[in-house]
Amino acid sequence: MSESVKLKLSKKDLETDQDVRWCPGCGDYAILATVQRTLANLQVKRENTVFVSGIGCSSRFPYYMNTFGFHTIHGRAPAVASGLKITRPELDVWVITGDGDGLSIGGNHMVHALRRNMDLKIILFNNQIYGLTKGQYSPTSALGTRAASTPSGSVDHPLNPISLALGAGATFVARAADTDAKSLGAILEKAYQHRGAVFIEILQNCPVFNDGVWEGVKDDPAGKQILLADGKPLVFAGGTKGIKLGAGLVPEIVDVVDGDTSQLVVHSELGSPVYAHLLAQLVQPDYPMPMGVLYRHDKPTYEQLAHQQVVDATTKLGKGDLNKLMYSGMVWEVGADGTRH
Amino acid sequence: MEPKHLDRVVIRFAGDSGDGMQLTGTEFAKAAAEAGNDISTFPDFPAEIRAPAGSLFGVSGFQLQFSSSEIYTPGDAPDVFVAMNPAALKTNLKDLVDNGTLIINTGAFIESNLKKAAYKVSPLEDGSLAKYKVHAVDITALTAAALEGSDLSNKEKGRTKNFFALGLVFWMYGRELAGEIKRINATFAKNPQFAEANIKVMKAGYHYGETAEVFQTQYYVPPAHFAPGMYRNITGNEALALGLVVGAELAGKNLFYAGYPITPASSILHSLAKYKHFGTLTFQAEDEIAAIGAALGAAYGGAVAVTASSGPGIALKGEAIGLGVMTELPLVIVNVQRGGPSTGLPTKTEQSDLFQAIYGRNGESPIPVIACKSPGDSFYCAVEALKIATKYMVPVMLLSDGYIANGSEPWPLPNLNAMPRFDVVHRTDPTGYFVYDRDPKTLARAWVIPGTPGMEHRIGGIEKDALTGNISYAPENHEKQTHVRAEKIARVAQDIGEMDLSGADRGDVLVIGWGGTYGALRQAQNALAAQGKKVSHAHLRWLSPLEPGLAKIIRNFKTVLVAELNSGQLRTILRAEFLIDCLGLNKIQGMPFKVREVSDAIEALLAGAPLPATDKPTTTTTANA
Repeated sequence: MSESVKLKLSKKDLETDQDVRWCPGCGDYAILATVQRTLANLQVKRENTVFVSGIGCSSRFPYYMNTFGFHTIHGRAPAVASGLKITRPELDVWVITGDGDGLSIGGNHMVHALRRNMDLKIILFNNQIYGLTKGQYSPTSALGTRAASTPSGSVDHPLNPISLALGAGATFVARAADTDAKSLGAILEKAYQHRGAVFIEILQNCPVFNDGVWEGVKDDPAGKQILLADGKPLVFAGGTKGIKLGAGLVPEIVDVVDGDTSQLVVHSELGSPVYAHLLAQLVQPDYPMPMGVLYRHDKPTYEQLAHQQVVDATTKLGKGDLNKLMYSGMVWEVGADGTRH
Repeated sequence: MEPKHLDRVVIRFAGDSGDGMQLTGTEFAKAAAEAGNDISTFPDFPAEIRAPAGSLFGVSGFQLQFSSSEIYTPGDAPDVFVAMNPAALKTNLKDLVDNGTLIINTGAFIESNLKKAAYKVSPLEDGSLAKYKVHAVDITALTAAALEGSDLSNKEKGRTKNFFALGLVFWMYGRELAGEIKRINATFAKNPQFAEANIKVMKAGYHYGETAEVFQTQYYVPPAHFAPGMYRNITGNEALALGLVVGAELAGKNLFYAGYPITPASSILHSLAKYKHFGTLTFQAEDEIAAIGAALGAAYGGAVAVTASSGPGIALKGEAIGLGVMTELPLVIVNVQRGGPSTGLPTKTEQSDLFQAIYGRNGESPIPVIACKSPGDSFYCAVEALKIATKYMVPVMLLSDGYIANGSEPWPLPNLNAMPRFDVVHRTDPTGYFVYDRDPKTLARAWVIPGTPGMEHRIGGIEKDALTGNISYAPENHEKQTHVRAEKIARVAQDIGEMDLSGADRGDVLVIGWGGTYGALRQAQNALAAQGKKVSHAHLRWLSPLEPGLAKIIRNFKTVLVAELNSGQLRTILRAEFLIDCLGLNKIQGMPFKVREVSDAIEALLAGAPLPATDKPTTTTTANA
């Protein structure tokens, strides 16, 4: 008997021979490396892994992953990925999108893919700007953003991607910074294990059109981020500050005195939607931003339910017989004499 | 009394959209099919589900022709017209033949209804109906009387009056009630009180015909002669859905269908959603774009994938069709055409999306386009579209229209075992694989699906290298790929059979048509050819690429007449393609051609006269100087 040698998948195996064409210093490089490293750690099957994307800088991602990949059209990646996942539930389908692609032109598809709990791992690179089209403000840009299309500052209010995902019904919602390989890697591993609609917001830096937009959060992780940990209180600033809830569920920043965290909110990934929505509202500049897995919930996925209906129908009616189907309804025979019998 | 024999009868039922006229027409069509007649039906209803009662725009009609000989259309003009209210009379009377039979529900001819129909004087009293055989019957009152003592509410009782009309017409044409009683009982199995009421009212109508002295003659339309075999009655959308399931099976695949609700395509989704035990997966998407996106994703995964819509929805799908062209994935897009532009005439028929089908995308983005000619033909076109899509790795547009989709006809059931299979093969050998390497005959690239070890690759909407499939902006490569995409469509001609030509391959007039006008054109041509006139009819099943057979004959006729339910889209294409003049017979009224309109036009051409106008008021015939 010949011994089969199991080749270990390495990060290198997940790289393609194509030149990566993002701008120097783009946050996408770090994300790509972390995704490749994490999938290698997970020893995924390359042939069963598919990256689907829309249009935008982030959507070039599939070209750099040595897996199956489909670079589709603007905003439609969740739709294309849904069709793939429904018909091929055994595949791991990742969707790469951005704040313009996923929340503006493709907002509808995003909402409905999450609502259906389609088993898709959706990663949204949020840099608050349109990069590929040279710097227009996006649906996540802060009010007053001065960009190519808004020289006097934008006058529309941004949306909160995490709130949108929770509201739409995502069953795994997380946030990480592009350069925080450790946290992002941990989230990706958890997301990989989750069955259902995953939404990961990555705070991504565009060095050309919106450089430093997340600096406030990324430069001071201790002061501006809450690293979420299951069963642990919401603390930051080296454990010296924390979040408690006041009347009307108003989050309050309090000092932690003598390590006493008893009045602080304790994190649970499996917490209530009310809690998850509250976490989503902790945003700069008023609050430190929660990083990690904000919410997780198990429920049947769309493709599971759809295929169950096929199984149930087949059990009930037997495997479809095309001849029988053709002969359903009002059927009659015309005899050799050309008249009906 | 011996019933009088007739070869064929055209009958129209019209009333409020809530009067159940579609059901009445459908049921009578079933009875005619049951009696062995050839039938053709034409439901014509408003876009509003329940328009205000009695209004002119709320009139819903159903016309059918039943016959003892082969027929191609639901008939030009009704011989019998059942008017359930004044609005129905007002809007439909002009179509009734002179001396035709007019059955009027006088119970609905009350002051308020007359006013809504803009009648100053009741037409029952002003002599305006003198040229018809009028049967004034108070169907409303007779229905109520038939249900006296029933527990049903007055409203529920009123809703059965269409069955009175049905019963009356059953009597007129000597149809058995037994089959209909069975169908009613089956339909209302869960509400036996409704079944009982409907049957009672139908019998009352039948007996009224028998007893009332006004109906002196019973008519008999003998069974038609059909080729021996099994038949069923089928609508276009039903046949299309069946064709998709069968086509997927012939490809050795399960069907994935994604759609978004739109008239008149929705019923395809309704049919397919019932076929889960065939492994069919249906997906009601959040919008038209998501529907085609999901279908493309499924095709990428190796499914036989289909999406359907009507014109406005197809417009939304345009960009994604282009993605299918660029990535060369197999997909069938069905367009059940309706009147446009914009929302247009949702429930009316038109052939105005031909340009959209052939050209309606950004960039040079050619796709094969096939059109079905009749309800039953929708089955075969669906199978053929799937075959071409999978064989050539290309999105295929299948054109139907509202007239075909909702119309029905007796359909000889195909022998599935005799239909050639076209099993799909997914390449699994990575040796020497390039993403855009092509089959030398079809130019199709290999359909490699995720899950295949060693074949990982990327595709997308950016122009790709003609061999490797890597992103390429090279000028020569783009030109080459553009030519290849066009050449691939041209090569579909290899799979197109003989053109459907009726008549000689040379002569005085060649009538060219496509899609649902087939029946009217063929019948007109048959009749004129039978009189010895040198008229032929070419029906184009494939519009892109054009039927190869057309080039061989189009120059052999003194005159070419292109008949379409649009302003001349195919005509424009043929003139550009062949550099010959073509005349146009065009109708843009949301209604199909009448046979007479076609034959009048041909006869005028034969006589050297200018083309006559078709139905008033707006139809035009166009000739280029």
